[in-house]
Amino acid sequence: MSDVRTINKINRAHRFLTDHLVTGLAVLSTVLVIIPLVAILVYLLYKGTTSLNLAFFTHVPAPVGESGGGMANSIVGSSVVLGLASLMGIPVGISAGVYLAEYGAGTHLGNLVRFTADVLNGVPSIVMGIAAYSLIVMQQKHFSAFAGGVALAIMMVPTVTRTTEEMLATVPHAIREAALGLGVPRWRTIFSVSLRTASPGIITGCMLAFARVAGETAPLLFTAFGNQFWSLNLNEPIAALPLQIYVYAISPYDEWHRLAWAGALVLIVMIMISVTLVRIFADRGILKGNS
Amino acid sequence: MTREREPEELIPAAPLVGGMTAAEIVGAPVSPVRAFLQGRGSSTFADKSFGGLMLLCALSIFAIVIFIASILVLRSRPTLHQFGFKFFIRSDWDPVSGSFGAFPFIFGTVATSLLALLIAVPLAIGVAIFITEMCPKALRGPISFLTELLAAIPSVVYGLWAIVVLVPIIRDLLGPWLEKYLGWTGLFAEPNFGIGLLPAGIILAIMILPIISSISRDVMKAVPIAQREAALALGATRWEMIRIGVLRNARIGIVGAVILGLGRALGETMAVAMVIGNRAEIPHSLFAPANTLASVIANEFSEATDDMYVSALIEIGLALFLVTIVVNAIARLLVWAVTRGNPARAA
Repeated sequence: MSDVRTINKINRAHRFLTDHLVTGLAVLSTVLVIIPLVAILVYLLYKGTTSLNLAFFTHVPAPVGESGGGMANSIVGSSVVLGLASLMGIPVGISAGVYLAEYGAGTHLGNLVRFTADVLNGVPSIVMGIAAYSLIVMQQKHFSAFAGGVALAIMMVPTVTRTTEEMLATVPHAIREAALGLGVPRWRTIFSVSLRTASPGIITGCMLAFARVAGETAPLLFTAFGNQFWSLNLNEPIAALPLQIYVYAISPYDEWHRLAWAGALVLIVMIMISVTLVRIFADRGILKGNS
Repeated sequence: MTREREPEELIPAAPLVGGMTAAEIVGAPVSPVRAFLQGRGSSTFADKSFGGLMLLCALSIFAIVIFIASILVLRSRPTLHQFGFKFFIRSDWDPVSGSFGAFPFIFGTVATSLLALLIAVPLAIGVAIFITEMCPKALRGPISFLTELLAAIPSVVYGLWAIVVLVPIIRDLLGPWLEKYLGWTGLFAEPNFGIGLLPAGIILAIMILPIISSISRDVMKAVPIAQREAALALGATRWEMIRIGVLRNARIGIVGAVILGLGRALGETMAVAMVIGNRAEIPHSLFAPANTLASVIANEFSEATDDMYVSALIEIGLALFLVTIVVNAIARLLVWAVTRGNPARAA
């Protein structure tokens, strides 16, 4: 009798020990994960803010050997390429999302499109770059901002599609039925009822896609290519912030590393600002088409 | 729904008071744009063409995939012709003499990805368990927020951090320590310059951690509470509850999350290209410089001058495209199998 009790006791102690051990391990792994993450953020903020100055926003990169210089042309160039990508990628993405949610829900074709979008989402960005290179740059025989825009646009489509679809799926059927019951055609219902109801979520999805491609370097390496000077011509190589950060980061000079950190901070802050701005506008209903 | 209806009809055209229409009473001239925006729209034609347009955009996603595949095949024809399948098992990469084989890069890709998974998977699952099962509510938000914030940092910034911080640490601290205590395994043979497979694997691990842990978290959350309660009611400790009730039900989804992380690691370019050392040889130790499929494209594309060289790099891109499509397809199917009806967020 007492034997059973001791065994039970040992067994119990063993089980609780394991329990505590695992709890400890889980806490430890969380701490281990958070340390490098916080380290990266703090390092970025520290290095970035101490390296920023006004010249960074007003000057083009200085030639090798000279100090100073900034990334003004890269900031503008990034905006151009990203604007181009959004113009091409977002409408196609939203339309495909509309198809998935409103027309193709539950059909084989719909499922196939959804699956393809998810898979396309996981294709490495460098592949998009090399595809845009093969398609446009090799054809035209020169690098161009346009090719960079196409590469980024292709990357935006699947993300926008999936979020649009998910957001449209949350719109209650009763609203659609009400509109249809009043004799409003289907396309009008989708435009003014479904899309409008889901617009805050869709806009957030578009901004997520935007934020994701805004930091991409690999697709731009041999499409937009980078440029040390001012250029707004879509048919010429154009500077971009991530490219300039890359060039400076792999250089051996401390001065250029400093500029790379400043560029990294500016890039992330710019992404965050544009995301927040769009959210504010979306909340106020300006983009919802309220008059 | 098919009835023709002019926009003006919405505002009654019949004279109301003293021969004035409603629009005139309101006093606003109705512009065509405004009439269109406020009207209900019309006609089967518009309906059909709108539906067709949406379908076209949806099909464009297929078109993109097919188009990428075909253009890459087209542009890599020179090497496809000359080397055939042997391209992937030859280990000779000599652009000067026009001899190309991708095996060193395949080796480098597999080695860095496995190293990254080895580091990231236990940590990610630990974090997911901590957040879903143990974490006090007040901490849950900040930890999730932090991991999502890290997913937003561009890979070139990770690369910059790796060059400035990680490489010196490996060169001066971690490397000598590993060599002293684990040197007998042969994995950590000198010389150690700080760049090579090891920093590439570590930076990859940091980058794929958020995606693995957030999807594992979603999958674990999808396990019904009743399973946990049942385990606890039978007297299980918390760990036993997690093991029996949660992990066993979520294991397929967690495997899916790991494979998604693998897909990310296989294709990650910039951060790896910046620290891996760019060398077309099969590395003999974790300190040795190497190259992955993705990093060789980024590192050497600007040097590629002749057609064969470009074609070889494009063929590597094609291989990367096909491999990541297969890996991601498997991962998606696994994650879907678990979170059916409650899909994991697009990552």
